[in-house]
Amino acid sequence: MIKPLFKREFLGYFRSPVAYVFLVAFLVISVSLALSRFGGFFEANSASLERYFIFYPWLFLFLVPAVGMRLWSEERRSGTIELLFTLPVTTLEAVVAKFLAAWAFVVLAIALSFPLVITVAYLGSPDWGVMASSYLGAVLMAGAYLGVCSLTSSLTRNQVVSFVVGVVVCAALLFLGLSGFTHFLEGFLPVWIADAVANFSFITHFEPLLKGIVDPKDIVFFLSVIGSALLLNVIALER
Amino acid sequence: MIEVKGLVKTYGTKRAVDGVSFTVRRGDILGFLGPNGAGKSTTMKMITGYLRPDAGSALVDGTDVAADPVAVKRKLGYLPENAPAYPEMTVAEFLGFIAEVRGFSGSEARRAHVARAARLTHLEPVLGQAIETLSKGYKQRVGFAQALLHDPAALVLDEPTDGLDPNQKNEVRSLIRSMAVEKAVILSTHILEEVEAICTRVIIISRGRVVVDETPAALQARKPGARLDEIFRSLTQSE
Repeated sequence: MIKPLFKREFLGYFRSPVAYVFLVAFLVISVSLALSRFGGFFEANSASLERYFIFYPWLFLFLVPAVGMRLWSEERRSGTIELLFTLPVTTLEAVVAKFLAAWAFVVLAIALSFPLVITVAYLGSPDWGVMASSYLGAVLMAGAYLGVCSLTSSLTRNQVVSFVVGVVVCAALLFLGLSGFTHFLEGFLPVWIADAVANFSFITHFEPLLKGIVDPKDIVFFLSVIGSALLLNVIALER
Repeated sequence: MIEVKGLVKTYGTKRAVDGVSFTVRRGDILGFLGPNGAGKSTTMKMITGYLRPDAGSALVDGTDVAADPVAVKRKLGYLPENAPAYPEMTVAEFLGFIAEVRGFSGSEARRAHVARAARLTHLEPVLGQAIETLSKGYKQRVGFAQALLHDPAALVLDEPTDGLDPNQKNEVRSLIRSMAVEKAVILSTHILEEVEAICTRVIIISRGRVVVDETPAALQARKPGARLDEIFRSLTQSE
């Protein structure tokens, strides 16, 4: 029963201008950040997309909640949640289908960065392994952000509240891993606690993938963030 | 067909539904009457598996909603209050989606069911129109089409004629009457003439309890010569 729900949700993005605004905004912002002097895409003089992907955690912080905020809030506000949950589907099926649809949409946005891949391939000879693991990291991290946002969206009928709470929770998961914050914690906590806290950050697990290091523990981290967020999502919906 | 035994639902300290019991057989059209906030919608939501009862049970065709909600949802057609639907979809897309979720996965079967539901509810002229552009009367009929698409043995209709003009009300009533021959139907309403016009049985509920369960004729016989709304008022205000 996941397929029809997935299809409706995914195509739903394209039934309104939201999808196009999002895709254009995502590509314009991400590419111009890479090409700006903060990114130094060309100045780095290397055939890699590291200067492009380095901004993803920050970009996702605002853009992924924009995709995820409507997932459940919209259904609650318009009353269609009552329709949905009197159709023969389980809560888990509905949660998974809607999450996968939103994820597929974000993956589409990420995939549309392919002209950059062509650019570096034309200008130099990139390391394809690093490229693939960077994309894998971006997709997994997007999923983790989205899982959190799907959960926060199920807690309210108001999309603005859903967006703000989503950003705040994701920001917390991001800042935990900044080296400044970790150093601050090390100032008064044992190092192993500071490390454990940093371990919960998206950045800590995204950066190795950006460098081409595919460590199963990073992949397991993102998948378990997704899994536990969706589980809580089901519980929140079943009250 | 539908068997309700001692349903209880409490919101905070308020007992919205307080031990409601009744049965509906095939061929019955049960009119569910009561003042606003008496617990009509809450009772219906528990029968359809949208809300979980605090106590008691609801059986549809011998299946307990609490034990196997998906099986019950498969057997029921439900029109929620205000007929929620996804506004950005066209009528044809929406009914196609419902058909798919209802398990008609082949495109032939899907088309046949959508066509049948659209014919019964006279939706053919607006099949290609987005639901958000429809008038209230058409939206209500979309809700109707969605509820009877899979030809369910039991129909639960929450205020099916709410917001319709007199002609549309008449049309909906004749539709319900024509379908009820081999179905069990529960409908809630504020309109007492509706009960006289189509219901074979009346239940009046007040403050979460059933105060009347009889035929419209027997209800009328309580006070010969009085209008139904006088009888209704004396029954629901006396407590």
